[in-house]
Amino acid sequence: MPRLQASRESRPGKTPAKAPARPVQPTSRDDQGWHFIRGFEQHQGVAVDSLQRLLLDPMASIMTWVVLGIALALPTGLYLVLQNLQQFGSNVDQAARISLFMNMGLADARLMELRERLLQQDDIRQVDIISAAAALEEFQTVSGFGEALSGLDENPLPAVLVVTPTSLDGGAGTQERLARLQARLQALPEVDAVQLDRQWLQRLYMLIDLARRLTLGLTILFCTGVILVVGNTVRLTIENRRAEIVVIKLVGGSDAYVARPFLYTGLWYGVGGGLVACLLLLASLVLLQGPVSGLAGLYGSKVVLQGTGISGVLVILAGSGLLGWAGAGISVLRHLRAIEPT
Amino acid sequence: MIKFDEVSKHYPGGQEALAKVDFHLQAGEIAFLTGRSGAGKSTLLKLVMLMERASQGQIFVNGQNLGHLSRRQLPYFRRRIGVVFQDHQLLFDRNVFENVALPLQIAGYDPREAARRVRAALDKVGLLGKEKQNPLVLSGGEQQRVGIARAVVNKPTLLLADEPTGNLDPQLSAEIMALFEQFNQVGVSILIASHDLSLITRLRHRILTLDQGRLVSDRLADGALQAGGPPSAPAVSMTSGFVAGGA
Repeated sequence: MPRLQASRESRPGKTPAKAPARPVQPTSRDDQGWHFIRGFEQHQGVAVDSLQRLLLDPMASIMTWVVLGIALALPTGLYLVLQNLQQFGSNVDQAARISLFMNMGLADARLMELRERLLQQDDIRQVDIISAAAALEEFQTVSGFGEALSGLDENPLPAVLVVTPTSLDGGAGTQERLARLQARLQALPEVDAVQLDRQWLQRLYMLIDLARRLTLGLTILFCTGVILVVGNTVRLTIENRRAEIVVIKLVGGSDAYVARPFLYTGLWYGVGGGLVACLLLLASLVLLQGPVSGLAGLYGSKVVLQGTGISGVLVILAGSGLLGWAGAGISVLRHLRAIEPT
Repeated sequence: MIKFDEVSKHYPGGQEALAKVDFHLQAGEIAFLTGRSGAGKSTLLKLVMLMERASQGQIFVNGQNLGHLSRRQLPYFRRRIGVVFQDHQLLFDRNVFENVALPLQIAGYDPREAARRVRAALDKVGLLGKEKQNPLVLSGGEQQRVGIARAVVNKPTLLLADEPTGNLDPQLSAEIMALFEQFNQVGVSILIASHDLSLITRLRHRILTLDQGRLVSDRLADGALQAGGPPSAPAVSMTSGFVAGGA
């Protein structure tokens, strides 16, 4: 067999039947460093191959991506709505103004001095003075009791300081901060009474809290949905490649090796879904900006809808990729082990 | 290389595929496993490559007790055994080269080293010119040779073949068997299951005969004592020519 002799596999002195009792080691013949680089290259190759396989049947893949995209866009969209609401809420945080009703007959100079003192404090942004005279004037014009009030000997209204706290985000601790500020103001000797329109605020914060919980619940539900959809799609892929799995197991493919392409398939499904979700969110923002601006204009306010930003996009892509990987992982655990050569 | 020690295999439902099979295939030896369909040939091979586990008895392959091998170690064990199937188990979504390269790819070989070995293996089976073709367009004999190239590309010390000539005409069958003999000459231990008695008796190697799960005969084919054969022939089979597998 000249051919046989020529090939390196048949060097006569070296029979392959060396090392008779060598224990089976879960490493290849390569040393560790090579093994690592090989492993990386293998992963890269498998990742590219998995993506190419998805693109071979573009219609089916696109449909899956759109399904996943919608499922991901709903919770992320809700989250964006929430964020914009919060931003809107902090824009109107003058609703959190605290009215300080001063002691009767307090001199204007004392009012000015107190105002300066209050403005020194970190959590107070603005202090407006409504002097007793100004208050009376306003009351006369607004209430329609002008005639009756002008009959009074002295002004029955106290001077008022209107305190605007520094920006409130509506987040945790807001209520507490307001309550502390209120208590501190109440303790001032010049102050007779403090009034905070808490009801309105409380409603807003409760609504935001409710929406946040709702979003959290929906996020969990939809993420579970994404995992299951990917899991099921990957299960079909596994079924389609059954013959290949059997052969790979026959020639010594480890469970991890067999699982890898399917895990990457799941990853790509997830990332693609995330991409579709980002596009849907972008489209919604563009479509909604006009009406929202119009609506805000009616209230004399300017609102620019906040998108996710680049970092948000990256978070969505990473998260959706992770969900896809997890879905594929569940499917692989459940179905791959069952496929054995017979 | 392969040692069976009172090995039995029962399937659920009471069917006994193998009963107290005892034999020893030495390193570098070549042997045929024969018997009627259902005699247990495939079961025996499946036990060797751990597609099935023995119900009783112990199997040693390359000194390794298969009963002590965990599921996790299984792939690494299989990488050191080459297997040829009757239906060759090729993948038709890739070309001949990629089919043969699969075991090396799995074991994490350097692609250039792998390519060199794949070409060497294809050269040995005479298919070097067809590496770019899809196995689907090859003839049955060529497909089987691709399967053989894949089985030997990893330089296994043990080669198993289950009816490798089952679908081939006598001429092609003889060529395939000659190929196996070549591998044996360079030291690979080989166990071939085949029911083609006329072919294997002509080849003058050790023949193990199974009948209803029992090893009823372990002998050398006539005239197998020719000079220059592999250091293989076990003494027991030369004297008695018959090793019964119990009652």
